Amino acid sequence: MKRTSKELIVGGIRTDKRLPEQAREIKMKVGNIFSANGSAEVRFGRTVALASVHGPRPLFPRHLQESQTGILRVRYNMAPFSVVDRKPPGPDRRSIELSKVIRLALEPALFLEDYPKATVDGFIEIIQADGSTRVTGINALSLALASAGIPMRDLVAACSIGKVDGTLVVDLNGEEDNNSEADIPFAMMPNKNLVTLLQMDGILTKEELMKLLDMAKKMCKKIYEMQREALLEKYKGEE
Amino acid sequence: MIETYALELIQNGKRVDGREFTQFRDIEIKENVIETAEGSAYVRFGNTKVIVGVKIGTGAPFPDTPNEGILSVSAEFTPLASPEFEAGPPGEDAIELARIVDRGIRESKMIELEKLAITPGEKVWSVFVDIYIIDNQGNLLDAAALASVVALMNTRLPKLDVEGNIVKGEYDGKLPVVHKPITISVCKVGDKLFLDPTKEEELVIDAKLSIAVREDDKICAMQKQGNKGIEFDFIEKMVDVAIEKSKELRKLVK
Repeated sequence: MKRTSKELIVGGIRTDKRLPEQAREIKMKVGNIFSANGSAEVRFGRTVALASVHGPRPLFPRHLQESQTGILRVRYNMAPFSVVDRKPPGPDRRSIELSKVIRLALEPALFLEDYPKATVDGFIEIIQADGSTRVTGINALSLALASAGIPMRDLVAACSIGKVDGTLVVDLNGEEDNNSEADIPFAMMPNKNLVTLLQMDGILTKEELMKLLDMAKKMCKKIYEMQREALLEKYKGEE
Repeated sequence: MIETYALELIQNGKRVDGREFTQFRDIEIKENVIETAEGSAYVRFGNTKVIVGVKIGTGAPFPDTPNEGILSVSAEFTPLASPEFEAGPPGEDAIELARIVDRGIRESKMIELEKLAITPGEKVWSVFVDIYIIDNQGNLLDAAALASVVALMNTRLPKLDVEGNIVKGEYDGKLPVVHKPITISVCKVGDKLFLDPTKEEELVIDAKLSIAVREDDKICAMQKQGNKGIEFDFIEKMVDVAIEKSKELRKLVK
């Protein structure tokens, strides 16, 4: 819902000088956390997500183990200093829900049935937030899983789309997010054409929704290419 | 195993209880079932039973919305409702359900929150929607969302005395409600789409897309659930089913 009187799109240009279908500058780096089996850092403009993966490793306490399959556990967390007003540390209702939907966004890409009784633990820390944090986190955790050497059906690429000042846009920043008419976090496995995260709030017609989903799919293909580049960059020269 | 049977049936175009794919179980709605609540509803989908109670209080507004009332939605999966539910603070499923219901109500602009300021910037009405699961036989979300809408529609605002304190047991008008969002969860197994899953059917679902639709057919909230992906081209079909079916459920809400 719009809470500011400021025009967020003037002459087709957004407040950070972007076109509606243009994402912010995206940076990806793989393998920045030595102590983890896999890790990555992804930046969408000022939003910065760190992700690491520990495992597959034995799951304790034992009663949590599944005899036929491994499980994926995900924790999404925002650092207290990542937002303008300090966020008290620890999980809140939002982060509990996001941890769940992020887990479900990545699970379809894994072969968890290959790791009975084990767990793959994924951790996302948002250290600086300027909108679209969950999708930035998904991109980072997808890279971290791949760099942990965990076999995957496909990478998971994610972006946000929405409607701001009546215009359909890609990759909402914090100000756009807070004042949007609708926003949609979206993730998919681009090569499998499977959507693994789809949430929405706001008001949209079906036609607008369909247009936005097409924009999201296009952007996810671009993000996938960047993820691939980032992985190749990390492992080039290694044999 | 009953879920294997449920899965085989769905793949063959049938269901455990003989329903059509887009047919809901029989739905019962009762209003004003809790006298101590300002608004309430009991909703039954087959054997799934949910009670929603709305309590109204006063409080300070959020700093970013000084002239609006406060809406808060919580859900409790009480241990009496299912052998899988445990006592204690809400788990991730209860939190997710409450947050999806919250988004449907908030984003549809169902309640005119801007009419709920008592002293703008200082004191506003707070609307607490508490969802209580009484019996879980599947499709808790659609039942909880429907019960919440019905409860909010019959919610009364307490009377205030000259100092602005609530006069207990006396009322002065109703909560300003202007839209009727209906949440429909479209379930997917392979290329089959169906609605209102039973508990057994829920165990075999590949994915589920819950969609809140307003009376003007606009979509106001969505959430993809389940641990498999949805083929991109399927989403439009699922949205179409939700829009169509929401009209039918809305007729049950007076």
